[in-house]
Amino acid sequence: MNLYAIRAIYIFEMARTWRTLMESIASPILSTSLYFVVFGTAIGSRIGAIDGISYGAFIIPGLLMLSLLSESISNASFGIYFPKFTGTIYEVLSAPISPVEIILGYVGAAASKSLVIGVLILATARLFVDYEIAHPLWMISFLLLTAVTFSLFGFVIGIWADDFQKLQIIPMLVITPLTFLGGAFYSIDMLPEPWRTMTLFNPVVYLISGFRWSFYGIADVSVTVSLGMTLVFMALCVATIAWIFRTGYRLKT
Amino acid sequence: MQPIITIKGINKTYTSGFQALKDIDLEIRRGEIFALLGPNGAGKTTLISLICGIVTPSSGTVHVAGHDIVSDYRAARSTIGLVPQEVATAAFETVAATMQFSRGLFGKPRNPAYIETVLRELSLWDKRHAKIVTLSGGMKRRLMIAKALSHEPQILFLDEPTAGVDVELRRDMWAMVRRLRDSGVTIILTTHYIEEAEEMADRIGVINQGRIIVIEDKAVLMNKLGKKQLALTLQNPLERLPEELAGHRLELSADGNEIVYTFDSQAEHTGIPELLRQLGKHGIDFKDLHSSQSSLEEIFVNLVRPRP
Ligand SMILES: Nc1ncnc2c1ncn2[C@@H]1O[C@H](COP(=O)(O)OP(=O)(O)O)[C@@H](O)[C@H]1O
Ligand SMILES: [Mg+2]
Repeated sequence: MNLYAIRAIYIFEMARTWRTLMESIASPILSTSLYFVVFGTAIGSRIGAIDGISYGAFIIPGLLMLSLLSESISNASFGIYFPKFTGTIYEVLSAPISPVEIILGYVGAAASKSLVIGVLILATARLFVDYEIAHPLWMISFLLLTAVTFSLFGFVIGIWADDFQKLQIIPMLVITPLTFLGGAFYSIDMLPEPWRTMTLFNPVVYLISGFRWSFYGIADVSVTVSLGMTLVFMALCVATIAWIFRTGYRLKT
Repeated sequence: MQPIITIKGINKTYTSGFQALKDIDLEIRRGEIFALLGPNGAGKTTLISLICGIVTPSSGTVHVAGHDIVSDYRAARSTIGLVPQEVATAAFETVAATMQFSRGLFGKPRNPAYIETVLRELSLWDKRHAKIVTLSGGMKRRLMIAKALSHEPQILFLDEPTAGVDVELRRDMWAMVRRLRDSGVTIILTTHYIEEAEEMADRIGVINQGRIIVIEDKAVLMNKLGKKQLALTLQNPLERLPEELAGHRLELSADGNEIVYTFDSQAEHTGIPELLRQLGKHGIDFKDLHSSQSSLEEIFVNLVRPRP
């Protein structure tokens, strides 16, 4: 195991975060705060409680997921796309380092960064609404699992993308809509059929539902199903990355 | 002595279907400066990238310091430092941070004293806290070399190190390459300038269209290739060359306005003074003269032409 290499990549990636502190940390926190102000405090006060949870508190897990997903994807995809774009990737490719070590460095850094953001958002939310966490261990597990899984997914996107537009397209056209329609702002029980059944094909539903359960003990689908779906998606990402390194897809010629 | 790099039967066909390397067999000796000489598109970068693990071979094997570059890539790669053809740096990092990054990637613990030596050697020590974007082009090129040296490699690849580099930096670079060689580092450089190979290398491999045409000690090769021509533009056109002058090394152009003399630049006597004397004797005046060295293009034509 080339620990020095993992550390080098990790430190390098985290340095980018600190260097761009405003956009990388402050901006997701600010935008989530705006959601809290608008939906939680302003509009939320006119919406009744859902399953006994005030609307402001109800949306916290979903909003947190929204940030976690988009941050994980954008961090990880940018982290590996940029060296490809500038050409500095040659150094990583010519180094005595295995694919697993490359992943640990890049994905580890991306996931760490979104975890930091997640925790900060959680703390910020406290300023606007009261909430409790019924199952803290589950909460942390979901947080970790989601950050890692979607950082892996972001890594795949970063390797696949060969221009900046492609880098943006999946988060914008797929992840954001799926999150909005995945029950971030409502319980999917509130939807009429056939929308309710259709929603069950949205993987983000399971993430948000499981995460919300870890806060309030309420869920749209069972928590084991949530966990299972997350692990399945993670396995898919890992398999894709394994294939990328085996074939050299878009990394080596 | 066992060669430090052994390349056997290497072929590379890109996914486009283009075959960039054809049956390459090559051995690099420990401690030498080897120049890979060839025109643009010959396959120099492809060969170097393949040895360094950036390009995957279609067939064949490469051993570096006794280690197979595929099955034992860790051991093989940790002996290599690569300076690619294009400058590519993490613009917003500092010089010191990027050096640390490179060293770490190659699995080496921190060693500030060694990094300092390298940065001083390349006149970058004063810039260690500067962001890379703020460096000049020449400094960035030196930084690429510093990064390649950051992990104390035994082998250094320099891909067209002097392309677009000014005279001063080129001189510094060559001085440094010689010092590195003296300290035991094996150096492989690519170039499309024959003069550069001549100036630097102990041995030269000529590559053209993906094939290695010759591998030779420099002195031997230079003798083979070192043809020069002297062209004399005449005052008055000549009908034919005087009997006495009509040797095989002298040619008269079709319009009779120019005489071209071909000579061996490595030979002790070029025969030019004698030629000029003879011309004077026959009253042949010339108004202009210029000499030229056979271009690489011509040399390749010579090399690939079937020998009698
Ligand atoms: N990724 C690639 N896909 C297809 N052809 C390539 C690729 N990279 C290089 N080539 C081709 O391979 C040949 C050798 O290129 P290269 O090794 O860069 O030559 P050199 O470094 O000697 O100038 C060129 O004809 C080039 O166009
Ligand atoms: Mg080249």
